[in-house]
Amino acid sequence: MNISHEWLKAFVPHALSAEQLRDLLTAHVATVEGFERTRTELSAFVVGQVVESEKIPETRLSFNKVDDGSGSLLEVVCGAPNVTVGAKYPFARSGTTMPGGLLIEKRKIRGFTSNGMLCSPRELGLGDDHDGILELTTDAATGTPLLDVLPLSDTRLVVDVLPNRPDLLSHQGFAREVSALTNTPVAVPAELGAIPLPPTAVIGAREAKAGAIAVRLADTADCPRYCAVVVRGVKVGPSPDWLRARVESVGGRSINNVVDATNYVLHGLGQPVHAFDLAKLGGSTINVRRARPGESLVTLDGVDRTLDGSVLVIADADRPVALAGIMGGKASEVTESTTDVLLEVAAFSAKVVRGGRRLVGLNTDASYRYERGIDDVAVPRIAAVAAGLLASVSGGTVEHMVVVGDMPAPRPPVSLRVARVGRLLGDVVNGAETRALLESIGFGVTGGSETFTVTAPSWRHDIARDVDLIEEVARLRGYDRLPDTLTGARPGNVPDHPMHTVSSRVRAALTALGLLEIRPLPYVAASGSDANVLVRVRNPLGEDEPFLRRRLADTLARRAEYNLTRMQGDVRIFEIGTAFIPEGSGLREEMRVGALVMGARRPAHFTEPVPPAYDAWDAKALGEAITIAAWPGARVSLAAGTAGDLWTVTVDGTVVGRVYQAALDAPIWASPAFGIEITLGDMPATPVAARGAHNYADRAGAAGGAHVRYRSLPSTPAAEFDLAFVVPDSIGAAQVESALRTAGGDLLESVVVFDEYRGDKVPPGTRSLAWRLTFRHPERTLREKEIEGRRAQLLKSLKEELGIVVRAG
Amino acid sequence: MTPLTLQEFTALVSSFQDEAGAAIDGADSAESLEATRTKYLGRAHGWLKDISAKLAQLDKGDRAAAGRLFNDARLAVEAAMESRQGALAPARAGITLADPTMPARRAWKGAVHPVTAVIDEMIEIFRELGFTVALGPEAESSWYNFGSLNFPADHPAMDLHDTLYISDDLLLRTHTSPVQTRTLQGYAPPIRVLIPGNVHRRDPFDASHAPTFAQVEGLVVDEGITFADLKATLTHFANRFFGSTKTRFRPSYFPFTEPSAEMDVLCGVCKGSGCSVCKQSGWIEILGSGLVHPAVLDSAGVDSEKYTGWAFGMGPGRTALARHGIPDIRILYDSDVRFLQQFAR
Ligand SMILES: [Zn+2]
Repeated sequence: MNISHEWLKAFVPHALSAEQLRDLLTAHVATVEGFERTRTELSAFVVGQVVESEKIPETRLSFNKVDDGSGSLLEVVCGAPNVTVGAKYPFARSGTTMPGGLLIEKRKIRGFTSNGMLCSPRELGLGDDHDGILELTTDAATGTPLLDVLPLSDTRLVVDVLPNRPDLLSHQGFAREVSALTNTPVAVPAELGAIPLPPTAVIGAREAKAGAIAVRLADTADCPRYCAVVVRGVKVGPSPDWLRARVESVGGRSINNVVDATNYVLHGLGQPVHAFDLAKLGGSTINVRRARPGESLVTLDGVDRTLDGSVLVIADADRPVALAGIMGGKASEVTESTTDVLLEVAAFSAKVVRGGRRLVGLNTDASYRYERGIDDVAVPRIAAVAAGLLASVSGGTVEHMVVVGDMPAPRPPVSLRVARVGRLLGDVVNGAETRALLESIGFGVTGGSETFTVTAPSWRHDIARDVDLIEEVARLRGYDRLPDTLTGARPGNVPDHPMHTVSSRVRAALTALGLLEIRPLPYVAASGSDANVLVRVRNPLGEDEPFLRRRLADTLARRAEYNLTRMQGDVRIFEIGTAFIPEGSGLREEMRVGALVMGARRPAHFTEPVPPAYDAWDAKALGEAITIAAWPGARVSLAAGTAGDLWTVTVDGTVVGRVYQAALDAPIWASPAFGIEITLGDMPATPVAARGAHNYADRAGAAGGAHVRYRSLPSTPAAEFDLAFVVPDSIGAAQVESALRTAGGDLLESVVVFDEYRGDKVPPGTRSLAWRLTFRHPERTLREKEIEGRRAQLLKSLKEELGIVVRAG
Repeated sequence: MTPLTLQEFTALVSSFQDEAGAAIDGADSAESLEATRTKYLGRAHGWLKDISAKLAQLDKGDRAAAGRLFNDARLAVEAAMESRQGALAPARAGITLADPTMPARRAWKGAVHPVTAVIDEMIEIFRELGFTVALGPEAESSWYNFGSLNFPADHPAMDLHDTLYISDDLLLRTHTSPVQTRTLQGYAPPIRVLIPGNVHRRDPFDASHAPTFAQVEGLVVDEGITFADLKATLTHFANRFFGSTKTRFRPSYFPFTEPSAEMDVLCGVCKGSGCSVCKQSGWIEILGSGLVHPAVLDSAGVDSEKYTGWAFGMGPGRTALARHGIPDIRILYDSDVRFLQQFAR
């Protein structure tokens, strides 16, 4: 909403500067996002006084000496007939750029030097007057900026008016607030003080007729009130300067006196007004009704719109002539040849305007206000003002006024306990102050000392219960004048969400391992059959990526490819985010962690100019690290993967994720990419625990399972030996290791595979795997013989169980 | 027991000392030195032990002098042993670096995303004030996203939330506020939670908008909560988060709070005098807040007469852009490793 500082002053004669007004409105009413001074193109002009003047023979020119306040007189040639010695004029020094773009420079005219220009109103962009230069009636000293002397300068405030305050969509609305905040009575703007008002209105409940016009409402739910005023003998033409200035002061463009008058009422009083050319209304009849199937209307913007029953229209005897509350029709538009105008000032239902606006896809100043709510009580009064204003600027005569509809029902009063004000705002606002603040912005307050009965003014639509009134009290008093003491609080009943705790641990683990966290968009493309297993957004931003991802792997792959196209081959990224899995007619959400690594395993170093690339074993380690971080103390296992995965990750026997080689759209130089995706848990749409049951036991789980039990440190020496077996490819290392552990017995402390050999020294289809085994007795040193015995036992067991033997030599 | 003269004992000690000294000098490996130690100094069967046993054979008056003699010899042999041991040890500390200024062999450094860093910092500050972390789903019913939060049906207030729909009643949450209702339904007051999470709007992906972005919501509900708690807590947060600053609260509108307030902090660039960063206002908008609307408490089944509360919502993405000077929000989503690496510490 644009607010003109000067126009606002016409409604409330306050004495605030633009900066003060900005701060006051922002603190108490609505945020002023910025302000701009208008007519800044005139800021370089000053007051100049002609000290000497003589005619230049055989020309219309005069040669003058001008005092511009600089201390020396300037020689200036002027073509105007009205140069008068001693008079003051707007003066452009050389170097000044005129509003039209011309640069004033020192130059020679007919042998005389000219060092600037005395200006006419047209040259300053102040109208069409070019008969002579603009004589200033001012006491201001020469050299004073012109804008300080002429009341031209204005400041336009750009205010962010939120949907609950449609009453602020006008200068009158802000004037009410400024009046309350500065204790300045509101005023009737001078330009509205002397306008002719219409004769008594003809009033009807559903229809009424006056003179040649008839108005009929099909349904007062759609249109509670409708005023039509006829103004005859209108001469359509340019607006007077003051009206043009008002329209331009809020950033509008002056069209003609009729349109400008309606815009004055829109921005000044907040009420949309539409002007019809009365001659073009068939049967001089106004029917307010829903559009009929098949009807259409060419609106003012020239678009032919097909309508249906969701749109409220203004129709003449035959067909729609306007979309009610949205836009008028082209056929009944006021043109230069219009002489009789029918002005419409109405209250339309917010819902029906909103529905119609959506159907035709037109958001106008009028629909914007109707959707938020207008002052329906004020409709007849504003109709009278609008008609009077139009008559006064166009030379017409106000004829008939018809008011149809129901008198708005009085607002239901809201009961306000004074104690409740204190309970919400802190005990600083008493009853007297509460009453005074509410009354200052037009609320009616009655009732005793403990409870008030409050009635909102007709322009307020956001007052339904006591807190709405308490907000008014708070903001009018000023948020900065409410207490802000930090007091102690009781501990809350809500445990940390387990998914937050788990994801924090996983994030810490992965960043410690050198990975970089990403937060990409969750949308993906899909081709063909994939679409069946994805959740689709019904109104996606783009049809290229209309689906929500089911796997983080897809997002990670696209992000890796993005890096590859930017020649970044060392990618090590992870994300903790949501996977969307269709289920029934809805979906299920899982909190997952996904990681992707490719390229150098560590930065290049002078001892290792080409570091090894990430390989499958690094990915396996990351899979383990994530899983252990997420489920500390649980039994984590990575078994051979299925369906193309390298490994399947299980925790205590439950599958939680996978490690895979990622298929990327990658250039030839790129290293292979490996991915990990682990489901941390569901994100259920239900509470974590039963209401009121703060489960403190959750905390132990959240902190990472059971506490570790201390084992005493060994006090006896260990015995180590190595065993190398020839293992067929069909037998997994984990199988051999498991057999070794079983056969090794209690005293076997650790089993570590430390070598793998494939080649011609072992039979084809086999490889040599070497383990280092460590034995230890808790109380004594193991004897040679015991160790020998265990070694023999192990060899026997492995031969019997798996059929594998020690590698010879 | 055979008596022993001091002279004999002295001869015995000096021959021990000579022989041990020669053996120590002769040891050419750690192993042979260890054998020498066992032979001469061993506690069980060493020569020194044999000599010490002979002290008892001396005349009582000679024993003090003999003891000193014995001790001196022992210390001398031990010192020789130690020195030889040092000489025989591998040159462990003998590495010489040709150029110590060469760089260390470093591992990759990881980094949390700058938006996560803001969220974590907020959680850390609010934890000090007794807040825990609540989460909720990203796909919500329209009742949780709008209805329970007092959005008037079919009202322009909804236009501020351009919504992505999955079906008639399933949508992608446009704010984290539905978790307010879920938390109020799930737990009895006192409630003090922080709610981080991704939200979705049908906004075009451009330099200053993203269709998915993070939000952090805060919710406090208990008996006796007032606007003063809101102002005080959020001002404390602002001071902790931005360093000593000033806050300003101004009227705003959210359907689910009443009164509603935006909180600004003093512009960090101009300190309030006005500059291009703060559009000349001297203030930077940080978050929206307000007292929880009683209708929200009612929807969730909480007694709005007994309990009051306050809530706030903040966009950590905007804060991340501002604090790091990132000119385009899309950079946060691109996942370029060169960008992410800048946040490695
Ligand atoms: Zn600033």
